[in-house]
Amino acid sequence: MIEERCPMLLLVQADIDGELDAGRAADLIRHRADCPDCQAAYAEIMMLRDRLRAADLREKAPQSLRRFLAQQSAAPIAPRVSRWRPQIGLFAGMALAAGLALAIYRPPMPDPLGLVVDAHVRSLQAGHLEDVISTDRHTVKPWFEGKLDFAPPVKDLAAENFPLTGGRLDVMQGRPVAALIYRGGTHPINLLVWPAKESGDTEIQAESKNGFNTLHWRLNGMEFWAVSDLEPGQLKNFGRLWRAAP
Amino acid sequence: MSQSFEAVVLPYLDAGYSLARWLTHGRGDAEDVVQEALVRALTYFPGFRGDNARGWFLQIVRNAAYASLSLNRGVPLADEPPDAENLADPADDPEAALLRRRGRADLARHIAELEVELRETLILREFEDLSYKEIAQITGAPIGTVMSRLWRARRSLAAVIRREEQEA
Repeated sequence: MIEERCPMLLLVQADIDGELDAGRAADLIRHRADCPDCQAAYAEIMMLRDRLRAADLREKAPQSLRRFLAQQSAAPIAPRVSRWRPQIGLFAGMALAAGLALAIYRPPMPDPLGLVVDAHVRSLQAGHLEDVISTDRHTVKPWFEGKLDFAPPVKDLAAENFPLTGGRLDVMQGRPVAALIYRGGTHPINLLVWPAKESGDTEIQAESKNGFNTLHWRLNGMEFWAVSDLEPGQLKNFGRLWRAAP
Repeated sequence: MSQSFEAVVLPYLDAGYSLARWLTHGRGDAEDVVQEALVRALTYFPGFRGDNARGWFLQIVRNAAYASLSLNRGVPLADEPPDAENLADPADDPEAALLRRRGRADLARHIAELEVELRETLILREFEDLSYKEIAQITGAPIGTVMSRLWRARRSLAAVIRREEQEA
């Protein structure tokens, strides 16, 4: 057992770990020649390192995780985690870890336009458009309960030729958001909804990115983003009808 | 984004699983944690700047593991340490192989018994060969704390090994 007497002991460790520059490492070797504590520490850390390396106690990731990663890369979408126990706790944990990770890495604030277009593209891949398939808003709306900390307004525009086809949970900037899916002819429309950080209603603003058309408006404390490959005039019509519908 | 999510993360999937294995209760838990970490990592991927993908991913795994531990509060940590059963050296004779397996299993158990902060620091340094700075970034501790945790982990582990060898 090593007594922690010598103030250089942590430097002995840092030297073994390759953390010292050449000058300090050379000083330390000279010091160690006369210091029994540091000699003992050096021998002990090296013994331990040899044991750990020889034992090689790492485990490889199972195939199921490799498959999960491949699937997720092909069709990334809202969290789908099978064996986690309490759902509420899961979201709390996610929020906590998201907060921790973001606090340290501070990714640049992505613009919502790019994010909603990405969400739309993801949703079109591999049958991930809808998590709940229903043309009945009385089915879609309750489906979100317990999955989100807000209640998205759900409206059906079937009479105006934009039928509701289902809903989905998506994730934007680390928080779950509601995605309502409508159809305009054969074109799916994603309407993404989340609580607004800023107050005040806004008019509909149209923008395009990567060949997709988007609308954005804020109403009654919610942000709305509609995304589709529907042509801009028709999409705008959808936005106006949706805003006006009861 | 020039590289795909899979291309960035795949090289560190084993490291992530290994870390999760040492921080959680068993294989099922470790797999859940890494799966959860992959879901999160994909969400953060648009903000990932492309440097130090390993540190970036391991930090997410570590946070997911801690979140899962807080969900399962009260359950002792790492009650099923990574086992040493599967990797006997074929060159060993049966007796040597048995001793070797036993030695590895003991070592795994001793690591599993370290406090979680000491354990993760030791794992990241000795198994993943990370620098103090990278460990500090992943665990959110200052470099001085990383150094003292590593020192305590090593001392404690070395003491157990010496005691066992004296008893044997």
